[in-house]
Amino acid sequence: MKEYIYYPGCSLKAGSKHYEESLLPVFKELGMELEELEDWNCCGATAYFSVEDTMAAAICGRNLSLAEKIAKNIIAPCAGCYLTMKKSNQFLTSGHEKAEKILEGLKKVNCEYKGTVKVIHPLEFLTKEFGLDKIKENVKRKLTGLKVASYYGCQLVRPYTDFDDADYPVAMDNLIRAIGAEPVDYSAKTRCCGGSLAGTLEDIGVNLNYVLLKEAKRKGADVIVTICPLCQFNLEITQDKIVKKYKEDVKMPILYFTQLMGLALGISKDDLGFSRSIIPLKAMWEKIGNGGANE
Amino acid sequence: MEIQSKVKFEEELDKDFLNEIKELSFSEEISRCIQCGTCSSSCPLVTYMDYPPRKIIAMIKHGFKDEVLKSFTPWLCASCYSCQVRCPSNIKITDIMYTLKREAIKKNIYPSKFPIPALAQEMHKLIAKNGRNSELWVVLNMYLRLKNPFGPLKMTSTGINLMKTGRLSLKKEKIKNRKQLRSLLKAVTEEAK
Repeated sequence: MKEYIYYPGCSLKAGSKHYEESLLPVFKELGMELEELEDWNCCGATAYFSVEDTMAAAICGRNLSLAEKIAKNIIAPCAGCYLTMKKSNQFLTSGHEKAEKILEGLKKVNCEYKGTVKVIHPLEFLTKEFGLDKIKENVKRKLTGLKVASYYGCQLVRPYTDFDDADYPVAMDNLIRAIGAEPVDYSAKTRCCGGSLAGTLEDIGVNLNYVLLKEAKRKGADVIVTICPLCQFNLEITQDKIVKKYKEDVKMPILYFTQLMGLALGISKDDLGFSRSIIPLKAMWEKIGNGGANE
Repeated sequence: MEIQSKVKFEEELDKDFLNEIKELSFSEEISRCIQCGTCSSSCPLVTYMDYPPRKIIAMIKHGFKDEVLKSFTPWLCASCYSCQVRCPSNIKITDIMYTLKREAIKKNIYPSKFPIPALAQEMHKLIAKNGRNSELWVVLNMYLRLKNPFGPLKMTSTGINLMKTGRLSLKKEKIKNRKQLRSLLKAVTEEAK
């Protein structure tokens, strides 16, 4: 029985490849090879639960069942998957009549689920289980001088988890400090980016992400780091439109926390997916050096 | 323009609506709403809504079924749960919004020209079929459903940026055991009956 199995989710295989490209090397550097769950399916995200709830919980049940056969914990880096799978996990093990029926259905297709799997996020794992002290020991290159706005978004801390505060979490800020960078007091850290609305309803995307970027700029951040593929995407693709609408220079790189962590652990910047950034990273490299290996 | 009464009399309200929503969203707490407005003031999308969340809860309590289910509000809920974690009466407001979306689809009274329900339904369809989501295809299918073939043009610059950085995938992702997924969806639907 393995302790952990990796559930990438659809985004990490498509538009957010650089999340996976930085997550796996970071775990490897810390001595953990993450093994991917065989034939996992989409968690259903917010869309499935908006249309139908029995099947929505059932498809998460399939993932939980596949994982239960080989591991105790699922590591889910996408905040959307994390929330959806935790929500479904709680429901399926609630003893509710409807949940029992879904479990029956799962059993029929050889996907029996006993309810032993725990869904955890890599940030939760790194800061709580692995520990900041051990991360500090592994830092080869402190990111001194880099000011970072830690953006948690909404799905990671609400409401099916108790891993950090729902409005003002600090786990990522502590991690940023552990790798030598400086977290800014980012008051918009859990304000919503618009999720799946931002891509299709332009006005909403532009307005919501303007607030997030402006607050990060106001606090003097050089970059925003995030833990969610959709947040990363929305914060990046809205920047040109925001500059055009509000005539304010709010542009800044939007990175995954694992990309900065990888740099600090001494992994070459070429192996951390930085080339997938739509926003130029020149100013950041000037501030922290060129991102080569050990200095 | 058709002249309509702006006031509903008690007899015209749907008295069972509150219980229906309570049951479907496992949320007995709705009755405890004190109309404090914490939900509305916490909502990042409230400025776009026809009825703010506080009002939606009040309307559920008093049986304004038709107005609530036809409202844009549930579809503008980005599911950030800000209201839900702050509600002093522990009302599962976001989960209630999900229930309203599902009920509106079931009764076919959702705003059908609005992109969000179209996106949700297309994504749902694709996942049920392939077991995986494919971002590009869901968006294209959404515009087809909305009969808006020029919609994707608005996303050209985003598409180019994603292509340049190797993040635009044309592939339709699929799981291997689609047969099992199909049987599962069938089995749980039958169990639920």
